[in-house]
Amino acid sequence: MNYSMARGLARPIRFFAGMGRKYGVEWWILCVGALIIIAILAMAFFSPFIAPFDPYRQDAGPQLAAPGGPYLMGTDNLQRDVWSRIVFGSQTILRVSVLAAVISSFFGILLGLISGYAGGAVDRSLSLVMDAVYVFPGLILAIALAAMFGPGVLNITFAVAVIYIPTYFRLVRGQTLAIKQELYVEAARAIGAGSFTILGKYIFPNVIATTVVVFTLNVADAIMIEAALTYLGLGLPPSIVDWGMDLAMGKKYLPSGVWWLVTFPGMMISLLALGFTMLGEGLAEILNPRLLER
Amino acid sequence: MRNLVRYIISRTLMTIPMVLILLTIIFVVLRLMPGDPVSAMLGGHAPEKVIEQKREQLGLNRPMYIQYADYIWKVCHLDLGESMVLQQEVTEAISDKLPATIELTTFGMLITLVLGIFLGAYAADKRRTMRDSAIRLYGIVVYCIPVYWLGLMLQLVFGIWLDWFPIAGRTGARIFPSDFENTGFYLIDTLLMRDWTAFGDVLLHLVLPAFTLGLTLSGIFVRLTRANMLDVLKADYILAAESRGIGHGTIVYRHALKNAFIPILTMMGLQVALLMAGAILTETTFSWPGMGRLLLERIYLRDYPTIQGVIIVFALMVAFISLLVDIIYAIVDPRIRY
Repeated sequence: MNYSMARGLARPIRFFAGMGRKYGVEWWILCVGALIIIAILAMAFFSPFIAPFDPYRQDAGPQLAAPGGPYLMGTDNLQRDVWSRIVFGSQTILRVSVLAAVISSFFGILLGLISGYAGGAVDRSLSLVMDAVYVFPGLILAIALAAMFGPGVLNITFAVAVIYIPTYFRLVRGQTLAIKQELYVEAARAIGAGSFTILGKYIFPNVIATTVVVFTLNVADAIMIEAALTYLGLGLPPSIVDWGMDLAMGKKYLPSGVWWLVTFPGMMISLLALGFTMLGEGLAEILNPRLLER
Repeated sequence: MRNLVRYIISRTLMTIPMVLILLTIIFVVLRLMPGDPVSAMLGGHAPEKVIEQKREQLGLNRPMYIQYADYIWKVCHLDLGESMVLQQEVTEAISDKLPATIELTTFGMLITLVLGIFLGAYAADKRRTMRDSAIRLYGIVVYCIPVYWLGLMLQLVFGIWLDWFPIAGRTGARIFPSDFENTGFYLIDTLLMRDWTAFGDVLLHLVLPAFTLGLTLSGIFVRLTRANMLDVLKADYILAAESRGIGHGTIVYRHALKNAFIPILTMMGLQVALLMAGAILTETTFSWPGMGRLLLERIYLRDYPTIQGVIIVFALMVAFISLLVDIIYAIVDPRIRY
């Protein structure tokens, strides 16, 4: 029994150490990033079991109590427990940022494939629009979109998703242009494969690998944009627990020395963004060492 | 030189479609938003007739394509129109706020460049050491800290706990901008008036916002400088310089850094969007009366012309800075010919 457990453990340990020797620091960066993400994911999935109080409960403790005792991170102006709100808030930010990245990668990859493959006027006009959006400050566009859609979880997700479509578009379009010229694509065309087959079976699988890294880094950016929008008071109704909104609320009490209302939500936003960034950086170095150098 | 002039002209012309596309997007988005300037102004309970009258007066009852054509026509004549909510020309509102944003972004960028480039070069020089790893970690961590939170933390530590710097506004309570206001750039204005107390006060107010913006962006530059420096330090001419007995510091910080600077410059142009976004958030955190605050205030009021005007200015700023970067690029590297 003991023997087999030691053997069972030895294998993953050997795997981790081996990867560490092979890739050096990058491997450990990836692992730390993954650990942070897993921890916060667990927080989101098991919120009711982790949080000591209901995040909406307005008599969880005294008003503006400093961290300590039963209130790990203190209480806010409405007597709610900050730690419980942090735990439940992780659900909102994860849902919005990951879904936003999924949506923008879907449209970005699709349009990039079409544009790169079709060429001509389609390509030129799509590229023109995408480049205009790409160089423009994404936050400003997201502010306008969030104001247009009105408050709501799905609305803010779309507002964040739109501004990242050009990122995928540019990446995929460039690669499609290159892959289109490859011999195997020409061979496929010669044996009579249609455009749809070529795009789906020959080009798409070659493009998807590089988007993985961009996707991870994109989630990190989406996290900060989501929190920025809610910090500015856009995007979500007050009935939803969210780190950015808690930050904006705590800001009012900062001049009177109430530090815990801004410190903890902000720390969590940074930590989550850091997790995805580290995962992305590690992946980039391991999958494709030259990708991030640009 | 003539080539450069031709290049600058064609680049400037190329910004027109960009501005037009963004303007169109924003124009449509604004009209699709729930609420309009009239309801924002009069509230929801005004009599139907008054609302209709006001809409007609502002031209909001016309079909959207006519409004659009009318607006574009005006913009082509450099007329940004009048605010729909306040009795104010849009150009006036913008010229009132723009200097504050430029002052903030200029100093933010300066701090970023100094910090990012120096730390990056140092890390590349000391590659594969603890100091290198520490600086790289700094680069990653600082990139992930949201600029608004960093601002709040600096406010807390240096503004509230230590009480070294003010945490809001451009001037203190006893300094009146009307005494010296001329260009809108308070640092320049106070210098011109030789009003040293006001100058000190303005400078003091600039410290925290500028550092907030500068620190956040420095992470990217640390990484860029380090990566480029590593490439340059591998080059043969570095080895040649070393074998000639030139001091190590001179090689790294003069020979290598100069050559690594060109790719950094290119990236600088791409970071402008990030700089603008950071400025908007920093302005909100520090109650800095700039373009970002103007934009947010007017979005709540659904003041279409002002929002569109702000967007145009931001787009032009992005275009202008990337153009500037290209020109510097051509001057710094004589191999580049357009």
